[in-house]
Amino acid sequence: MNQTDLPIVIEFGGGAEYLFDNKTKHNIVLPAKPQWTLGELILWMRDNMLQDKEREDLFVQDETIRPGILVLVNETDWELLDEGNYKLQPNDNVLFISTLHGG
Amino acid sequence: MNEKILLAEIAELKKRLREKEAALIALRQETQILQENGLTNTEIARYSRQVILPSIGVTGQIKIKHASVLIVGAGGLGCPSGLYLAGAGVGRIGIIDYDDVEITNLHRQVLFTSSDIGRPKACAAAEHLNRLNDSIQVVPYKVQLDSSNALNIVKDYDIVLDATDNVATRYLLNDACVLAGKPLVSGSALQFEGQLTVYNFRGGPCFRCIYPDPPPPETVNNCGDSGVIGAVVGTIGVLQALQVINIILDLPGIMSQRLLLFNGINMKFRDLTLRAQNKKCAVCGPNSTIHHLIDYEQFCGSKANDKNPNLKVLEQHERISVVDYNEKISSMPHLLIDVRSAQEFELCHLEHSLNIPFKTLSNNKNLEKLQKEINENHHETKNIYVICRRGNDSQKAVKIMKNFFTNSDIQIRDIIGGIHAWTYNIDTSFPIY
Repeated sequence: MNQTDLPIVIEFGGGAEYLFDNKTKHNIVLPAKPQWTLGELILWMRDNMLQDKEREDLFVQDETIRPGILVLVNETDWELLDEGNYKLQPNDNVLFISTLHGG
Repeated sequence: MNEKILLAEIAELKKRLREKEAALIALRQETQILQENGLTNTEIARYSRQVILPSIGVTGQIKIKHASVLIVGAGGLGCPSGLYLAGAGVGRIGIIDYDDVEITNLHRQVLFTSSDIGRPKACAAAEHLNRLNDSIQVVPYKVQLDSSNALNIVKDYDIVLDATDNVATRYLLNDACVLAGKPLVSGSALQFEGQLTVYNFRGGPCFRCIYPDPPPPETVNNCGDSGVIGAVVGTIGVLQALQVINIILDLPGIMSQRLLLFNGINMKFRDLTLRAQNKKCAVCGPNSTIHHLIDYEQFCGSKANDKNPNLKVLEQHERISVVDYNEKISSMPHLLIDVRSAQEFELCHLEHSLNIPFKTLSNNKNLEKLQKEINENHHETKNIYVICRRGNDSQKAVKIMKNFFTNSDIQIRDIIGGIHAWTYNIDTSFPIY
């Protein structure tokens, strides 16, 4: 691993994992780059991690996360962290939660 | 003695039993001894185990007694929350549900018994809660909550508990609570996961602050299709009841601007921090645009229930009825593909059907496998039939398969109404779920 590789943990819940090999936790090393933002990560995930390209709009719409999925970094809503502009730090935990409606 | 006569006799006996019980409650209430602290001797005994808690005391119990809570949805969330709220002595509990009890409800909707099947949920739930605690008032509403009635019902209660099962009703209830100024304790669950949060509480965010736009309808799953384990949805329902009690008692730890996740497989709870109230929120922000309840089914593009609408994606010539399939096709060479999940396939399936779950179908690898299967074992087969539970996924599956098998002379059709239609029209001994 060179110095600028960025290790992070990506987790899914509420069904968002179905789009990602049904795995709820992924340890990822992002390729070297001076700076990774959360918005760039989401597009990178679409291009590199999404299993079923036909269904990418179930994850990303209009170049951002689709309505009904919450994005949290280290258990905090990305809205409180400048959303897509948030600069990812090594070992950040990024959680994508699809909202449940059953009951 | 046949089943019909027995059921009628049981119903008659139950009616008489209910009348006698009501008379007994009335008689006992006449002889209640009220203490100066505001509690009756019966209440002191009944609630003693919680009244002796320092955070509750007589003052807290009186608050609980004078509180009113509206439970919207007598399902997997509403049933257990109702039990604990009635048990704790919440003075007035309203319970709304338009639906009747079905056998598929009983594994998680713990207010109902086998003999309640077919009865209105609101009435069966109210009766059960009053049996648990006859000193509280339980008000059943057998109505579909909608824009015309929501505000009127909500305004009569202090706290609202969202135990619904669909997106449109969640937006409706949120807006009604904002307009009426009521806190909304919201729970949801599916499969082995649950979520809980509190909206519109002392300047905290509302549902719309977090979700300004509704999710695409095709991304929303319901318990009937995706499944749910009773103990998980029950856990969330019980926690909702606890949040209501904390709000009544003015205790800290309210899940406002927080989201609790519960995963019943790895047994983990996670407490997430959510955004604050959105100043641009259409209903609770300072420049709100929603001042009256709107058409929520239109807003969400989906129905205000968790039943599946009947899709019509295919043309008539791309479909076949179960009767025609049974009479004309089943004895001819053909390939029958069942697109339900592997678990559903294991529950029951038609003979000689091949299981390719719909969720895996759009993956090209599976379609290639299917091509191989046709080439190897069904090379003379020119006809593929697709079946599912009720005839929705089968149509979507035909579309996907037609896109893949563009250059072949294979005919692909779906079986209208799926295995439900099979049971109703062809083989009544076939199980239904």
